[in-house]
Amino acid sequence: MNAPAKIQETKAEQSLNAQFDATLAQTTQDNANQRKQAWDAFKAKGIPHRRVEEWHYTDLRTKMTDAFALASKTSPKADALTGAGGLETYRIAIVNGRYVPELSSNQALAGLTVTEAEGFLAAQLGTDDAMAHLNQALVQGGITIKIDADATIEAPIEIVRYTDGTEVSSYAGTSVEIGSGAKALIIESFEGDAEAAYQSNALTEVKVGDKANIHWLKLQVESEKAQHIETLSIELGAETNFQHFIYNEGSALSRAQLFLEFKGEGTHAGLRGTCLLKDSQHADITLFVNHAVPECESREYYRAVVDDKARAVFQGKIIVEPGAQKTDGQMMIKSLLLSDTAEINAKPELEIFADDVQCAHGSTTGDIDEDLLFYLMARGIPEAQARKILVLAFLSEAIEEFEEERSVELLEAMTRKWLHADEMVSE
Amino acid sequence: MDAKLASGGISSLENDGRATWARVEYPKIDFEDLHYYAAPKNTEGPKSLDEVDPELLETYKKLGIPLSEQEILAGVAPENRVAVDAVFDSVSVATTFKEELAKAGVIFCPISEAVREHPELVQKYLGSVVPVSDNFYATLNSAVFSDGSFVYVPPGVRCPMELSTYFRINEKNTGQFERTLIIADKGSYVSYLEGCTAPQRDENQLHAAVVELVALEDAEIKYSTVQNWYPGDSEGKGGIYNFVTKRGDCREKNSKISWTQVETGSAITWKYPSCILRGDNSQGEFYSIAISNGHQQIDSGTKMIHLGKNTASRIISKGISAGVSQNTYRGQVSAHRKASNARNFTQCDSLLIGDKCGAHTVPYIESKNSSAVFEHEATTSKISDDQMFYCQARGLDEEEAVALIVNGFVRDVIQQLPMEFAVEAQKLISISLEGSVG
Repeated sequence: MNAPAKIQETKAEQSLNAQFDATLAQTTQDNANQRKQAWDAFKAKGIPHRRVEEWHYTDLRTKMTDAFALASKTSPKADALTGAGGLETYRIAIVNGRYVPELSSNQALAGLTVTEAEGFLAAQLGTDDAMAHLNQALVQGGITIKIDADATIEAPIEIVRYTDGTEVSSYAGTSVEIGSGAKALIIESFEGDAEAAYQSNALTEVKVGDKANIHWLKLQVESEKAQHIETLSIELGAETNFQHFIYNEGSALSRAQLFLEFKGEGTHAGLRGTCLLKDSQHADITLFVNHAVPECESREYYRAVVDDKARAVFQGKIIVEPGAQKTDGQMMIKSLLLSDTAEINAKPELEIFADDVQCAHGSTTGDIDEDLLFYLMARGIPEAQARKILVLAFLSEAIEEFEEERSVELLEAMTRKWLHADEMVSE
Repeated sequence: MDAKLASGGISSLENDGRATWARVEYPKIDFEDLHYYAAPKNTEGPKSLDEVDPELLETYKKLGIPLSEQEILAGVAPENRVAVDAVFDSVSVATTFKEELAKAGVIFCPISEAVREHPELVQKYLGSVVPVSDNFYATLNSAVFSDGSFVYVPPGVRCPMELSTYFRINEKNTGQFERTLIIADKGSYVSYLEGCTAPQRDENQLHAAVVELVALEDAEIKYSTVQNWYPGDSEGKGGIYNFVTKRGDCREKNSKISWTQVETGSAITWKYPSCILRGDNSQGEFYSIAISNGHQQIDSGTKMIHLGKNTASRIISKGISAGVSQNTYRGQVSAHRKASNARNFTQCDSLLIGDKCGAHTVPYIESKNSSAVFEHEATTSKISDDQMFYCQARGLDEEEAVALIVNGFVRDVIQQLPMEFAVEAQKLISISLEGSVG
């Protein structure tokens, strides 16, 4: 009812205006209408700022000083892409928002279909987020991944999203449909040219049927100058097990926003992750977990290690809709601040409209436990190494809960590398 | 007496101070249609307590707040004595025990009197905790407040009795904008309690008070609230909008401010009694019981702002929702760069009675200091069938059983209230939950 004060357009918003006009000129009429709708939704809100409650701790309007030019179609060398490292996988490569078959696995895999989608994704998002709308308006390409009902896919499905170039922006759209009874491990990585400054905005829509068993690992290892925004919308059928893990290491600024909705009863969802931050990195993980139906269980466990001048933001909201009785939702956020210039903002929320539920959330913030440190040092371990051991132990607890062997191994290796833990041992 | 706001105070009333983040819904408030000043009905103003409307005294008695000194002298033990300042509508009508307090050097009087008698204190401290431009309702209050309570406890004095203010809104269409200022000088202690009621009215009434507490070195202030404003009828019609700004400033080292609140009334309660822990080693506490029934809405909690070294805070919040009410705890705990060794423990428990109500928890935890340790936990549950069965098997009816279980649930907070009000608060809780079961 109160018209918000008119805010002047920022330089980034002006650049986006031009980019949208150029995008619109190149698309078909049908596609253009959908883009326009999304664009209007974005324009109504503008780039989010701290007065937008969901973005309170990540003032994108200030941090996104410009919108880089839309990245063009390129084909980088195969060895530029890291993905899941040494694992044997089925690779789907997306460069600058576009599917690149030459860099992807080419033999067919039973139960899996990958099709290139044209531009806009008609995503039925559980969100009205401005940055998700921006993706829909500017998306450069996309793919649809289908996993057949009852298919068990042994090899990890690896989705590598690579932004090629500097001072460019990429908008990727992905739709994933997972049939009932399917079983798979999906490892998606977000990466780009090391040292390059770029912006990546990804929108992924996942629909999972009944009785499926899915593990989904996200590796965010963008360049240290990148700005990364990912919107993930998840819908889960009945009696499904869905486990998601975010490994967040890269980007100067990153925001992962997850919108999860339970559509069927008896489903378990685990959302977990670790944030490893240093220098002046800013990482934001924001969750909306909507228990729309009864008898579902959700676990949201995140841990952050924040050093130097870095800042970790965690916002999680568990919503229990009227009638969603017997809901069990537990959220826990633990953070370690390793320096006096680091910062943590946590906002674990509960929004409950049903009475027969068990919901809890907790949050702890602090430094390494002095007693534990003393214990290790009393046994002859130098302080620096003792600290690393304790940080590794702190993060490993979260990693192990993901309960997928290949992922746990990969995550522990990446965590050790970040900590330079192996160098210490050999010294 | 209709009042137009001075244009200097508030430039625009187009935006009625609504926050996008608060979980409260209400129709637009017409600030032009509000009465900014109302005096109690006896236009002369009561000269003694005998002249006060007997209906008001009755309400008073029900609340268990002894207003007349005789009553106390007649029977109640001396340690139970309470000095009361009663504010009806916009005017302070009676302040008891003034002489005895004056002997100890404690100043307890209507703020209108303090402005005349102690201008140096008022000038020094008024607006120093809640600045005029702090938020919409604080600005409004600053522009139009007419009375309230003032307390000054001199250095080293332990206030000999509980101080209390009793607020009541009588007039139709009235906004009550009282202002409370409490200053505890070095090494002093004061315990202060406010009680609030309002009679039944069809229209919504606005209560936009500002409370400022200042604790200097080694001082302690304990501020308790038992709020029982009219919550509106069973259809959600009428009731008080309780939009209050309460803030305490632990200005110097080793000071302590403790807020205890029992919120049972009001159509909408929207307030966050806060502590600014500025002095080193200062402590802040917040104990809250918020009960919502019928169509009530509550969005309440606290802010603990750790600025000094070795500061500690503790938050215990118990929310109970019944009927079709919405009950939100919203609290902020922040440690600034220099707040080394800051400690916070927060516990928020919500209890749901019935499946039409909502219970929400929104904590904001912000730490900029690695030696700060913040712990937060929250749970939401309902009264279990086992608990009900146990009580009912022992002959309690359903309502009694609920009251008993709820009283157990909130015990941690009740214990923080001064003794004589703890009993009253327990009664209030039982009354508030009437009709919530069966």
